[in-house]
Amino acid sequence: MANRVAIVGIGATQFRSISPDVSYRELVYEAAVKAYRDAGIDPRRDVDTFVTCSEDYNEGTSIFDEYVPDQLGAALKQVHTIAGDGLHGVAAAVLQIMTGQFRVAVVEAHSKASNMLTPDGIAVCAQDPVFNRPLGFNNLFIAGLEMNRFLHTSGLTKLHCWQVVQKNRAHAFDNPLAGRAALVEEYDFANARPLAAPLDELDVAQPVDGAVVVVLADESVVRRLKGKPVWVEGIGWGNGAVSLESRDWDRPEYVTRAAVMAYRQAGIDSPADQIDFAEIDDTFSYKELQHLVALGLVSAAELSHWIEAGRTGTQGVLPVNRSGGALGMGYLYEANGLARLYCAVQQLRGEAGRMQLSAPRRAVVQSWRGLPTTSAAVAVLSV
Amino acid sequence: MKPKKETLPLLPGTGLKDEDFKKGRVLTTRWDADARYGWDAGVAVGRYLAGLKEGVILGVRCHKCGRTMVPPRIFCEWCFRNIDEWVELKDTGTVNTFSLCYVTWDVRRIKEPQIPAVIEIDGASPGMGIMHLLGEVDPKQVKVGMRVKAVWKPAAEREGAITDIRYFKPI
Amino acid sequence: MGRRVAIVGAGMTRFVRRAQETGKELAFYAASEALHYCGMKLNQIDGVVLGSAPDTFDGVHMKGEYLSDGAGAWGKPYMRCYVGGGTGVFSVIHGWYHVASGAFDTCLVVCEEKMSSFQPHPQAAFLTIFDHTTERPLKPNLLWIFALEMNRYMNTYGLRKEDIARVAVKNKNNALDHPAAQIAAPVTLDDILKSEVLAWPVQRLDVSPVSDGAVAVVLAEESVARRITDKPVWIEGVGWALDTAYWTNRDLCYPRYVEEAARMAYRMAGVTDPRHQIHVAEPYDPFDYKELHHLEGLMLCGRGEAPQLTVDGVTRRDGELPVCPSGGLLGVGNPIAAAGLMKVAELFYQLRGEAGKRQIARKAKRGVAQAWGDLMQVGTVVVLGV
Repeated sequence: MANRVAIVGIGATQFRSISPDVSYRELVYEAAVKAYRDAGIDPRRDVDTFVTCSEDYNEGTSIFDEYVPDQLGAALKQVHTIAGDGLHGVAAAVLQIMTGQFRVAVVEAHSKASNMLTPDGIAVCAQDPVFNRPLGFNNLFIAGLEMNRFLHTSGLTKLHCWQVVQKNRAHAFDNPLAGRAALVEEYDFANARPLAAPLDELDVAQPVDGAVVVVLADESVVRRLKGKPVWVEGIGWGNGAVSLESRDWDRPEYVTRAAVMAYRQAGIDSPADQIDFAEIDDTFSYKELQHLVALGLVSAAELSHWIEAGRTGTQGVLPVNRSGGALGMGYLYEANGLARLYCAVQQLRGEAGRMQLSAPRRAVVQSWRGLPTTSAAVAVLSV
Repeated sequence: MKPKKETLPLLPGTGLKDEDFKKGRVLTTRWDADARYGWDAGVAVGRYLAGLKEGVILGVRCHKCGRTMVPPRIFCEWCFRNIDEWVELKDTGTVNTFSLCYVTWDVRRIKEPQIPAVIEIDGASPGMGIMHLLGEVDPKQVKVGMRVKAVWKPAAEREGAITDIRYFKPI
Repeated sequence: MGRRVAIVGAGMTRFVRRAQETGKELAFYAASEALHYCGMKLNQIDGVVLGSAPDTFDGVHMKGEYLSDGAGAWGKPYMRCYVGGGTGVFSVIHGWYHVASGAFDTCLVVCEEKMSSFQPHPQAAFLTIFDHTTERPLKPNLLWIFALEMNRYMNTYGLRKEDIARVAVKNKNNALDHPAAQIAAPVTLDDILKSEVLAWPVQRLDVSPVSDGAVAVVLAEESVARRITDKPVWIEGVGWALDTAYWTNRDLCYPRYVEEAARMAYRMAGVTDPRHQIHVAEPYDPFDYKELHHLEGLMLCGRGEAPQLTVDGVTRRDGELPVCPSGGLLGVGNPIAAAGLMKVAELFYQLRGEAGKRQIARKAKRGVAQAWGDLMQVGTVVVLGV
């Protein structure tokens, strides 16, 4: 990219199933204070633009962007919301810096999932009101349809999906932020309740509360700051057919389009060789597998072999979701992408503690906005 | 100046009338969203609500800028630092602005107006107000700058909510 | 500043109280009209941005995704920006930074609002904009905050209702020439002052009507823009600012966030003396006093002086500083985000001399469009020039 942009600060709360002790404002404030301290900046003085990511229905507040500035130190400054994943917010921030009009940008996203008393009733409002909602299905039916099609076309089985669950939830033991670490055994899978077969409850990332704040800066600022910059080499986002009736059930082409855009900027022509590790969407177990192929990291033909050989594990050639992913960290709604980004930055800086991979240089981070959407974003990060 | 060109001659978009619905000329779907929430009040607002239950309006102070703020927050949004202390404010104040509102939130017409107001609370910094209602007052007599006092629910009925103050009345 | 970005096309649907079309269809119509206006095809568009205000109106969660195919975003990078009522003008800023960054050569900006889906009245949806713990239990009406702000404004400067109401007369009558307009008949000052009191000092005709509608504009980088049209309208400056959410701690008599946003946009545009360098303005006017408030925030007149401009006829179409020649939200209608983008579209037509019956008398080379929203909190400003 012409005007190079780096991540210079990260802050996050722990990801917990409930957080009754703090309001959403206080949750975000904690992450913001940490991120600014990490970057060594003062938000009132040093930040030129703020991007927050939220959806009204998830917050239970219309025009939720009203309530974002204060806890970020952004009052009476340049703030706007992206109704998208945190990675879409990062894309918005990167574009702003690339105009040359802004040098330091902050991106925020959070989840107060525990405050949604009727999460399924809320989620279903994302279905088409004319064609789909009257059928009365829970959103999960869409994942069931897609998973079935995926298993059919890929030749994989539920066992492969279970390996993803086992891997990610075990990975999470080493992530101090993660809220969903567990040893999942065959017995658990055998007894898991079906939700929308072939999808069962263990295949689904469970919601948690938490907030993540990320500070980005252009090259001139990066040189002045003390910390180790993590460069955003590429960022792409893509959108597919939103209607259930016309989408491609075989593959998430929107993920591929987002990846192609990010890879092009980063000068990557062989992602499998040029990327050291991946933090990608695993809202549902099969999604991680589907996304590995869509991102060009593994060919469809090799996928089953890769999984069986543990190549996406800690010791593998391409560790995937070493953080624990959404299955292991918990599902953070709009903050999913930033949580992955946070962990990827830790890895690239060599600050990932027990999660640390050996000297990674480049990562791909990917998000999907969840059911029923066909929206994805992909970032390529490097040191 | 002579118009050069009628740029927007016929625009798409079809307006419907009530009778189109009543007479079934258009078909519709209906959805009652099951969207319910239970919001965590957190540290600052939690303590504010606990104060209201005790019949006290609490504020917070930032020593850096010297402001005493209400409603409370754990940070000073201008200095971006933690607040330094909690203070008890008075339950009296001054009307900063008000309205006489003849429709309810769901747009039902009412005869006697509701009187929402921003009330600057005594003990907080100048201009620090909260939104509440005025009562026990002739709507015609309400003025900006009017002094008012909180009318509390009886202690036994208070539940730790902004509605523990019924309204503010003139003093 | 980065690359120069121009608006090369604009289009819209009619604004109506209840549209037969779905939100997707409205978005499709507006996007098609905008592309048609500049003779472009969707495959020439690199990215799409969408503006739409609360999801509760449509009752559709993740409304950006829902509207994506209607907005022409299938298979394209697509994002939805959001700053409440300020979204319409912000969407142009959002599109501007897509193109100015160098990452996109063209960008389609679509704003859609379908308020009529919320039953029985869209206004009730606004209950949920208030703080869920400290305000919502009081059952606030959206009108409260406007009435509170208007009263504060009137009190601070000793303004008379009839002077403010002249804005509604001007805009509603201007709108009679707008083919998208919801208003159908001329309005007199007496009509406004005798209209039903909703929340004193706000009366029914002080308020813009709720509407369904969509607007779209096409943005292009300089060299592309010059290939598309010989009359590109340049985005010379953009600005935005979001004030604290603690609105009861602010003095509502003056929109300092609009000033902050305007200063940013003027700086970028090289505007040092807005009163002389801005030739036409489309400030946000969901209520008549808001036009005045915003003229002051935009520094097009002194504080408390805006009503006199209207009284003196300065802001008429044939005046020295035409304001809301489109008819504004008060006249054309208020499909929230779409209404803000309609203002940008109006400047596009005005600066190209293509506003037909609405064309302002004076020669205009530069204009400013502005929107506002949230809890009386956000200002979004775009300076356009030819």
